[in-house]
Amino acid sequence: MAKPNDKQLQMILEDMVIARTQAGRLWNLQRQGQVGTIAPIDGHEAAVVGAVHALEPESDWVLPQYREPLGLRRYGPEVLDTFMLYNLGHPAGGHIPDPVKVAPSQISLGASIPHAVGLAWGMSLKNESGVVLVFFGDGASSEGDFYEAGNLAGVLKAPVILFCINNQWAISTPTHLQTAADSFASKAEAFGIPGVTVDGNDPSAVYEAVFNARKRALNGKGPTLIEATVYRLGAHTTADDPTRYVPSDELSAAQEKDPVHAFIKDLTDRDLWSDTKQKEIETVALEIMDDAFEKAKNTPLSANSLMDHCFVSDTSRQLRQRSFLMESMGKSNE
Amino acid sequence: MSNKVSELSMLEAINETLHSEMARDERIVVLGEDVGRNGGVFRATEGLIEKFGESRVVDTPISEAAIAGSAVGLAMAGLVPVAEIQFLGFSYQAMHQIAGQIARLRYRTQSRFESQITIRAPFGGGVRTPELHSDSLEAQFANIPGLKIVLPSTASDAKGLLTSAIRDPDPVLFLEPLRGYRGIRDLVPDEEHIVPLGKANLIKKGDDVVIISWSYQVELSRRVAESLEGEGISAAVLDLRSIVPLDIEAISQIVSHCGRAVVVQEAPETGGFASEIIATINDECFWSLEAPVARVSGFDVPYPVGMLESLYVPDEARIRSAVLKTMENG
Ligand SMILES: Cc1ncc(C[n+]2csc(CCOP(=O)(O)OP(=O)(O)O)c2C)c(N)n1
Ligand SMILES: [Mg+2]
Repeated sequence: MAKPNDKQLQMILEDMVIARTQAGRLWNLQRQGQVGTIAPIDGHEAAVVGAVHALEPESDWVLPQYREPLGLRRYGPEVLDTFMLYNLGHPAGGHIPDPVKVAPSQISLGASIPHAVGLAWGMSLKNESGVVLVFFGDGASSEGDFYEAGNLAGVLKAPVILFCINNQWAISTPTHLQTAADSFASKAEAFGIPGVTVDGNDPSAVYEAVFNARKRALNGKGPTLIEATVYRLGAHTTADDPTRYVPSDELSAAQEKDPVHAFIKDLTDRDLWSDTKQKEIETVALEIMDDAFEKAKNTPLSANSLMDHCFVSDTSRQLRQRSFLMESMGKSNE
Repeated sequence: MSNKVSELSMLEAINETLHSEMARDERIVVLGEDVGRNGGVFRATEGLIEKFGESRVVDTPISEAAIAGSAVGLAMAGLVPVAEIQFLGFSYQAMHQIAGQIARLRYRTQSRFESQITIRAPFGGGVRTPELHSDSLEAQFANIPGLKIVLPSTASDAKGLLTSAIRDPDPVLFLEPLRGYRGIRDLVPDEEHIVPLGKANLIKKGDDVVIISWSYQVELSRRVAESLEGEGISAAVLDLRSIVPLDIEAISQIVSHCGRAVVVQEAPETGGFASEIIATINDECFWSLEAPVARVSGFDVPYPVGMLESLYVPDEARIRSAVLKTMENG
């Protein structure tokens, strides 16, 4: 079904509320100096959660940018567990365990888009049924990687969904300085693929757009570029001061359309949600986050991790560096 | 001219230099991501857009290849671009323009065109950034003929060297240590201040051993050298300031004088610029050496995540033990 049923709507809202609640906790942890730089998801919940609920975690891959992980609960608890390690700066934060089809956060903007195309292409070469959805921002769409990969995807008819979250900002750069095009979706025309603009504050609309793009891809018709329009409700990251550049009236107008609040109201009006349910989900959200954080903090880390995983086995120089490291650690313990 | 000085952080010195150079030369255009309204993610370009306007201070789309590539065109049009790459790790996206075009422009057009282009980029570790924000890539660029590479270690040098970089008719990659932005403060001349490119600075004299370095590692090397003073080791510190052009005479002179040398870099060991320094020492003054030249560097792995960073980045203890070992040798 192209539209989510009531049960799905409830699951989508659950995940949105969980993402929002956990984002608040994460922000506080960062402020207390317990985790590194955070890029809050606030304002993106409907776009991210709506999109992944139209995917099948068993067969479909998700390649995130960096703002999405808290919205990927549908892909299993491993995503949050790994994300908390990542936030601590633990090397295991890069390893989302098999068979979860989620790649770690991408810091190099746009760099995952060609990966997504290659992955989708490879899956079709191997006759595997499934699609790849890659998240990227309005800002990332200005990278050459986007144009090259979008073009390649069109030529190959790769089963990929290029999912652009237009949150109106790339750090301090507004969209009118990012592109002179009418929309980010309109760039699809040059790739010879469909481009769809969807209200990213409306999870059902996002679901439907991804559902259709997925169906199209699975039918061998190739990629779709989806632009979900949202508003970044928080700072770019914990290192950013948006009051320097975000007009306050624009922000308050966006807060009026807060996707989480709007969807709570919507489902409450339809008797699919309640205050009790809200409280219950918020409690669960914090419990699982605190658990994940505890687990992350208790994950051992040895100095050897610095040298591990560069190659399958060390080069002779790396072996020397490893023993040098161990030696100097020994010394500093004396 | 007055000889007045002010105590500034390296960041303030860079910002002040951009202001004074833009006021001096109206051909200068500053371009990059978030350099305008936001004043740069570190505030290095703060106040420029207010003072010089949107046509000279340009918030570009997130397109490093176009930032570097359009700088070539701006230079061909007779302007003087000062581009910012938000973090050096994102110069990879611009690499084909920097390496394949900017650096070669004079050579392939036999000086019909030149790239009076400055590319500023922060880099270096110690501040627990996300991936690709800390990588020390200077050696990769040093292997591209036609590109000058400048790495200040003090606020005063940041001003003097950036002034020279902007005025230099050839392209200059100007690398700013993240840890030094606010962590390094010193006295900076208020008036015009020029430090020529290619002149190393012997920031501490010494007779027994010289520590050769650049960028933030100079600061650590200086601390080590000063602490060794009390232990009867007279260690000199040579700040290269630029690795292209390289001050071969200064290296040769101080190494010949001390007979022992330690080279410190933050980058991985293999193919790092320290190797080039040691090869140069071999060429210039091998017979004056009393011990093999030691190297302190990062490890041959990608720049690691936050929890492993302190193991990776050379610190005072590692520099110190390399110096002591060099003193024992020979
Ligand atoms: C290749 C590259 N260039 C620059 C940066 C620095 N940077 C990090 S986030 C960001 C803005 C990204 O904006 P957008 O793609 O719209 O995503 P958003 O943060 O708005 O979700 C920039 C410029 C980077 N990470 N990668
Ligand atoms: Mg954006």
